[in-house]
Amino acid sequence: MLAVQKVSRTFDNGYKAFKPVSFHTEQSEIVGILGTSGCGKSTLLRAIAGLDLGFDGEISFQEQSVRSGTEHTGVVFQEPRLMPWLTVIDNVVFGLKGNKQEKREKGARLLRAVGLKDTEKLYPRELSGGMAQRAAIARALVTNPQLLLLDEPFSALDAFTKMQLQELLIDLWETNHTSMLIVTHDIDEALFLCDRVLIFRDQPGVLFKDLKIDLQRPRERGSLEMAEYKREILQSLDLNHDVHVKSAI
Amino acid sequence: MTQTEVSHSPNKKSPGKKTTSSVNYIRSFAIGLIIPALLLIIWEVASRAGIFPQYLLPAPSAVISTLVALASSGELWTHVSSTLSRVLIGFFLGTIVAVVLGSFIGFFKPLERLFDPLLQALRSIPSLAWVPLFILWMGIAETSKVTLIAVGVFFPVYLNIVSGIQGVDRKLIEVGKVYNMSTASIITRIVLPASLPSFLVGLRSGLGLGWMFVVAAELMGASEGLGFLLTLGQNTSRPDTILASIILFAILGKATDAILKQLENRSLRWQDRYET
Ligand SMILES: Nc1ncnc2c1ncn2[C@@H]1O[C@H](COP(=O)(O)OP(=O)(O)O)[C@@H](O)[C@H]1O
Ligand SMILES: [Mg+2]
Repeated sequence: MLAVQKVSRTFDNGYKAFKPVSFHTEQSEIVGILGTSGCGKSTLLRAIAGLDLGFDGEISFQEQSVRSGTEHTGVVFQEPRLMPWLTVIDNVVFGLKGNKQEKREKGARLLRAVGLKDTEKLYPRELSGGMAQRAAIARALVTNPQLLLLDEPFSALDAFTKMQLQELLIDLWETNHTSMLIVTHDIDEALFLCDRVLIFRDQPGVLFKDLKIDLQRPRERGSLEMAEYKREILQSLDLNHDVHVKSAI
Repeated sequence: MTQTEVSHSPNKKSPGKKTTSSVNYIRSFAIGLIIPALLLIIWEVASRAGIFPQYLLPAPSAVISTLVALASSGELWTHVSSTLSRVLIGFFLGTIVAVVLGSFIGFFKPLERLFDPLLQALRSIPSLAWVPLFILWMGIAETSKVTLIAVGVFFPVYLNIVSGIQGVDRKLIEVGKVYNMSTASIITRIVLPASLPSFLVGLRSGLGLGWMFVVAAELMGASEGLGFLLTLGQNTSRPDTILASIILFAILGKATDAILKQLENRSLRWQDRYET
């Protein structure tokens, strides 16, 4: 499926966002990219999405290089990024081509799937943050992507809405089995959603650990096994690194 | 999956909200009329009592009867239509040039570096300074008048288009890129709608300047039009004619602006604005 080979990104100003990383993901897998802020997670995701082709190395999805097109990927950003002049349904079908009637039907179906049944004719300003992000998820799924990329999709939402949307994502996955790559800095979110977590750390970032999350679905938040995984992740993130350095001085 | 959020959706406007707001509107409109009405009454009374001399400040009733006389002789229509057509033609010409130039310069940064210094320099010339040159080049016929108006309309429209296009959220453009849209469809489907509010602001201030410039254009020599009426009133010592003409300018300016305002409201319904 997704193959990332020795990919790194050096910006024009000479700054390196992350050191060469390589990993593969499997069909239908939900993979988390977890790391502290500034370690290059968004930069990596933008490269995979084909939004930033200035990277070194090679990224391919189903044997096709992202440099030659990314029509099988959908993207959900941290902000909903809905077009404020379009109604919710027109936003959802924004990336679709073809017959108007078919587009409507498909958009309406996706709105139902994300729990936004009666909002077709509303404008984005009339939506709450959670509703807007639901619409953004519907927009990303409307083209039937085989890989869904999400960059901290729920980090701007309150704790309860966040949990609802995480559950929505799992519900959607259970019907479509779309592969997903989710950037997050929320360990609980990663543990609730992901089959595998890639742990990044340091600046420039390095891929420090590839951790398989062997938990049955539906997962129970706050279970003992999860707490165990969380401890392991916290240890590898080495958040106290700076503190050690300082106390040594 | 939960539906709770959806049931709280704000799409149902509370019944009666519309009627309350229109009652409020009428009320505030009526309140706004109190002072002008009082002033008119005082003016009328003072004129009749001979406090204001008729040859300097005629009574409102005298101005109205001048307007009625102009209207019944058919003269009024000639003046109004020639002024209105000058403004509209100049407005459209200025807008068209501004749209073409502004779109190109807004989209292509290098063009901005090439053109912008020149346009900024031209903008700093008070537009009335062009009058003698335009008369020299094009005579005092319609062409020079319309050109002057078009120049006045051009700048606000142009500046707003450029800043509107350049201010489009890069994040929205990225959404288009995610769907592998061509540059052309990114422009038509994202950049243009996103810069529409700014364009409409430019149109309205352009129209305002158009009205200002038509006065200047007609004062510099015309055989018909509201500006001609102004000069006529001055030369024949008829302040009622001058006042009638000023009132007509006010009405026409307000009416054309209201049309644009209506257009703005209709096409910007999606905007997150404080609604009054
Ligand atoms: N266009 C850019 N030019 C220069 N530096 C950048 C650019 N984009 C991001 N960076 C830098 O790269 C690093 C990684 O950024 P980012 O990928 O956004 O981190 P994360 O998403 O993990 O928080 C940051 O230090 C950021 O300042
Ligand atoms: Mg980020």
